[in-house]
Formats: sequence, structure tokens, C-alpha cells
Amino acid sequence: MLAFIQQIVSGIATGGIYASLALGLVLIYRAMDVANFAQGEMATFSTFISYSLIEYAHFDFWSAFVVTILVSFGLGVAIERLLIRRFEGAPVLTLLIVTLGLFTIFNGVTGLIWGYVFKAYRGAFPSTPVQFGGLYLNTQDLGVFAVVLVMLLLLYLFFSRTKAGLAMRAASLYPDSSRLLGVRVGWMLALGWGLASTVGAVSGMLVAPIIFLDPNMMQAILLFAFAAAVLGGIESPLGAVIGGVAVGIVMALVGTYIPGGQDLRLAFGLVVIVVVLLVRPAGLFGRAAVKRV
Amino acid sequence: MRRLPRVRPELLGLAVIGGIVVLGVPTVTNQFVTFEFAKVAIFAIALMGLNLLTGYSGQISLGNGAFMAVGGYTTAILVQRTGIPYWTTIPVAALVAGGFGFVIGIPALRLTGVYLALATFALALSVPPVLNHYDTFTGGHGGIVMPAVLPPFSLDLSQEQWLYYMDSGIALLLFVFAWGVVRSRTGRAFMAIRDSETAATASGISLAYYKTLAFGLSAAYAGVAGSLLAIATSYLNPDTFGLSLSLALLVGVVIGGLGLDFGAVFGSLFVVWLPYYAEKASGLHIGALSFAGKPDIFYGALLIVILFFAPNGAAGLLQRAWRWYLHRRTAVRSPLPEPVAER
Repeated sequence: MLAFIQQIVSGIATGGIYASLALGLVLIYRAMDVANFAQGEMATFSTFISYSLIEYAHFDFWSAFVVTILVSFGLGVAIERLLIRRFEGAPVLTLLIVTLGLFTIFNGVTGLIWGYVFKAYRGAFPSTPVQFGGLYLNTQDLGVFAVVLVMLLLLYLFFSRTKAGLAMRAASLYPDSSRLLGVRVGWMLALGWGLASTVGAVSGMLVAPIIFLDPNMMQAILLFAFAAAVLGGIESPLGAVIGGVAVGIVMALVGTYIPGGQDLRLAFGLVVIVVVLLVRPAGLFGRAAVKRV
Repeated sequence: MRRLPRVRPELLGLAVIGGIVVLGVPTVTNQFVTFEFAKVAIFAIALMGLNLLTGYSGQISLGNGAFMAVGGYTTAILVQRTGIPYWTTIPVAALVAGGFGFVIGIPALRLTGVYLALATFALALSVPPVLNHYDTFTGGHGGIVMPAVLPPFSLDLSQEQWLYYMDSGIALLLFVFAWGVVRSRTGRAFMAIRDSETAATASGISLAYYKTLAFGLSAAYAGVAGSLLAIATSYLNPDTFGLSLSLALLVGVVIGGLGLDFGAVFGSLFVVWLPYYAEKASGLHIGALSFAGKPDIFYGALLIVILFFAPNGAAGLLQRAWRWYLHRRTAVRSPLPEPVAER
């Protein structure tokens, strides 16, 4: 029984990472109805930037963290302004393929600059086990979860309490009316991409100390983040976090209790996505889509 | 009596020249180039399948690499276990992969756009680990080695030449079949679904039937391609069929021309030869960074550039050039109204 609870606890911890990447996906989806396939690769790229800052420029972790976040924000804004904007009004298929193009570009550029050798990444939190009533918690996992919760809180405050957050919500729901009221809709989209890129960078920097750093590290995590976003309802940030935790728990249990589960985890991610979409397409916290024809 | 459609002499000439080039390539090139062109034929088949699904029916798939894996492993396992001649496994691979695609198409019925892309993306990512896991069947990481293919009837051909002619022949057959499908009732139903699902349903088209059919057909094509790839390389392992294969297929079909017949041919030329030239570009340096062996960046950049400047791909550009030529010709003789675009 204790072993079972232990698995759930570590599942919650990994779920925090899926949740943070899923948050980035949800932000872009809310802004423009597109799943950003490049989310994971952009996060990997940002994480490598922080790696270089720490290893070569001798920054300490938290200053590298802040610089990376600023760079990632700028990167996200730049991508929207310079590239995505050119495809405004294009079919969803076209936009999806553009994000897939970004996926391969970022993956290739990361490999080009930093190579494909796995690198150890020193994170913010030491990995020391803490015993807590017979359960082992890891300080690293606790730190990851704390960062994700703070991020969620900040996003919540941003969207509900600030003028820019309100404008962003308005721009994504009623672009035309918002434009008439003086909201600069294009820049709101760019802001959405910037935020998503930032959130992704944070998740990259959180996960890199746990798995090793390499250009493909986010691909599996992206799949689980998709599963998390779909489970939570792809429009709901809170849903993304709860979905992330749920997917984390399921994957931890699958890895432990199903023979060969480690190999089959990705396939279970697929199963989660398909089952959720078939049983409850709007996810746990999403609104059912009603389409007028 | 139906009259045969009139064919313009220019088109006939192009077809004859094309035929001579296709037949003649392996006699004037070396073994490596011949083998690469055999791969062009194989990828053309996979891209025709993806074009039926994404180009004509509007259902995005990032998972056609997975269907190729099913076809490839069907052939490899059958040949290795039963020792039956390799060519008998090609239709079996088509059937098995087609059935698999049909089954995948059932949940895909409920998924549109973004969600379908997500599910098929997950499919593409999860195939290699699953193949690795069931290693009693698939040989795991080690893969499966098959006996090399020899030309039949003691034909005076090298192995590469035989592979080239066989693969091109099958590709031609399947091209004609796809051509027919697109121009049939089924093809019109596919395009109606692509253009508006609501309108298609209102016109009495069964979404369930035609969408699963599109997935099944597409997967069968991919299955044949996977099978031929296994036969050509006489070896396969799970890494052959990873996400990058599915991405390459999507890139190929977009660059070739979505929803245009010849798109698959141009796309496959591109998918097969770009990595080769990217490898050759090892002289290309930016500071200490070498672009050798990294076709991904070119793939991604070209994908975006093509979507921006030529959304209908290479085939679309050629079609435009052809219309312009026709327009010029007819305009000189008699001013006719501009030919109505097909779509």
C-alpha cells in the first residue's frame, strides 16, 4: 500500500512538469485555436540557453532562470510577430503545419548549436530525499511543484486582475469587437505566444535536472502535456494543471504495475488522449463546443 | 458511344519524355542513384496515400509513418518466419496496414483538426517503443534482417535496377488507382468533406463511411510503401519508423502539393534527395557550426516558405505554369475566356 502511495506521490511530482508545458499549450490554444507543436522544442531551446549561461557565463541558477525567461518571452513574441502573423486567417491545417515546421527548425538548431550528446543540468533544487511519515519525498519534486503552483497563481492573477489580461481574454473571444474597442488584437496574440514560450521555458528548466538535457528531451513530455491539456479541457489553465497531475499519476502507475510499462508509456499517453476525446471531448473543465452553421 | 477525351499534343509529348526518363534512369546512373530512385518510388506511394487523406479528404495525419511500420513489419515477419516469397507479402501488408488504418479511423471520426493532429502525433511517437517492447515478434532494437532480393527469371539486371523497376511499376499502378479514386464518387465525397463537413452531411454523404475509408486507403498505401521499403533495404528496425518519418511524409506532401495528383511524385523526389544534398552541404559553415547531416532545419524552413509563397506546392506551381502556357496559346489565336479552375 505504501509503495502504491509512493508511486502516486512521485506521479504528482512528474505531473507538475507535464502541467507546466500543458499550460503553455493552453495559452496558445486559447489565443488562436491552434495546438503549438513547437512548444516542447522551443522549451528545449530555452533550456539550452540557460545551460550555456550557467556553464559558460557562470551565472547562478536563478539569474540564468530570469534571463532565460526574458529571452524566451522575446522569442515567443518575435515568432508571432514575424511568422505566425503572416498566416492570419489561414486554415487550421496550414497553421498546424507551420508549427510543425517550427518544431523541426528548433530541434535542428538546438542540435546544430549544442549537439546531441546528453548533458547533465544542475537545477535549482538539490535532489535529497525527505522522509515524511514513511513516504519519501524528494526536495527536487517539491521545488518543481512549488514553482508550477506559483506560475499558475501568477497567470491567474494576470488574467483576472490586470488590464492586459482582460484585453487578452477579450481578443481571443471576440477579436472584432475588441478591435473596435481599441484592443490591439495582433499584439495580444503576440503576448499569448510570449507567455506560452515563457511557461514552456520554465518547464524545460524544471525537467532538465531530472532527465538529461538533449535536443529531443521534450518530445515525450510534449505528448503527455497534450494528453494533460486534452484531459483538462484544452481551454482551461486550471484543467491543464489538474490534467497534468492526473496524467503524471497514471504514467507512474503504468510504469510500475504493468509489465514493460516503461516502454509502453507513450502508447498509454495516446490511449489517454483518444479515450478522453471519445468519452468527454470537452475534457474535465472545458466547455462543450457549440458550432453555429 | 463515348468519345475519348482529347489529349493535347504537348501533354502526350511530356508523357512520352517522362516515360523514357523513368525507364532510362537506371541504365545511365550508378547503383547508388538507382537505389535512391527506387526509394523515390516507394515514398511516392506513401505520399499518394497521405495525399488521399490530407490533401483530398482534409484529415491531417502525423501518423502515416506508423502505418508504414505496420506494412514493413508484416512483410519482414512473414518472410522471416514462413519463408514465403517476398512479393506475396506486399498485398498482405496492404491489407493489414489498411485494416489498422480503418480501426484508427474510427476514433478519428470524432476528432477534427487540432485533435486529430494530436492523436496521430501520439501514434507516431508511440510506435517505436511499442515495437521495441514486443521484441519476440519484432526483434526489438536489433530489428529484422531479410534475405536480399534478386531479380526473377534470371533477368540481366542488378539488384538495384530490379528494385527500381519493381517499385516504379507498383507506384505507377497505385498512381493510376488513386487518380481513379479521386475522380470517382468516392473522391468527390472526400473533397466535399474536406471543403465543408456540414455541407457534405447535408448532401447525404456519410462522414463515418468516407472518413474511415480515407484512413483505410491511406494506410494501405503506406503499408505497401513500408513493405517495399523493408524489401529494398532487406533490414528494418523500430527507429526507421519514428516521428521524423511521419514528419518527412507530411513535409513531402505539402511541398509536393496537397490535393494535386502529381504532388506525391514531386514530394518524394524532395524527401529522398534533400537529406542527400543536406549531407553534401557539409561545406556550409556558420562559425564553428556545420550543417552537415541536418536536413531538419531545411525541412522546417522550406515547409514554412512553401506554405507562404506556394500553398499548393510544386505541383501547384507547375499547374499554374501550364495554365499560363495554355492561356498564352489560346489568346494568340482566339480570345477565349480564361479556363475555369478545377477548384
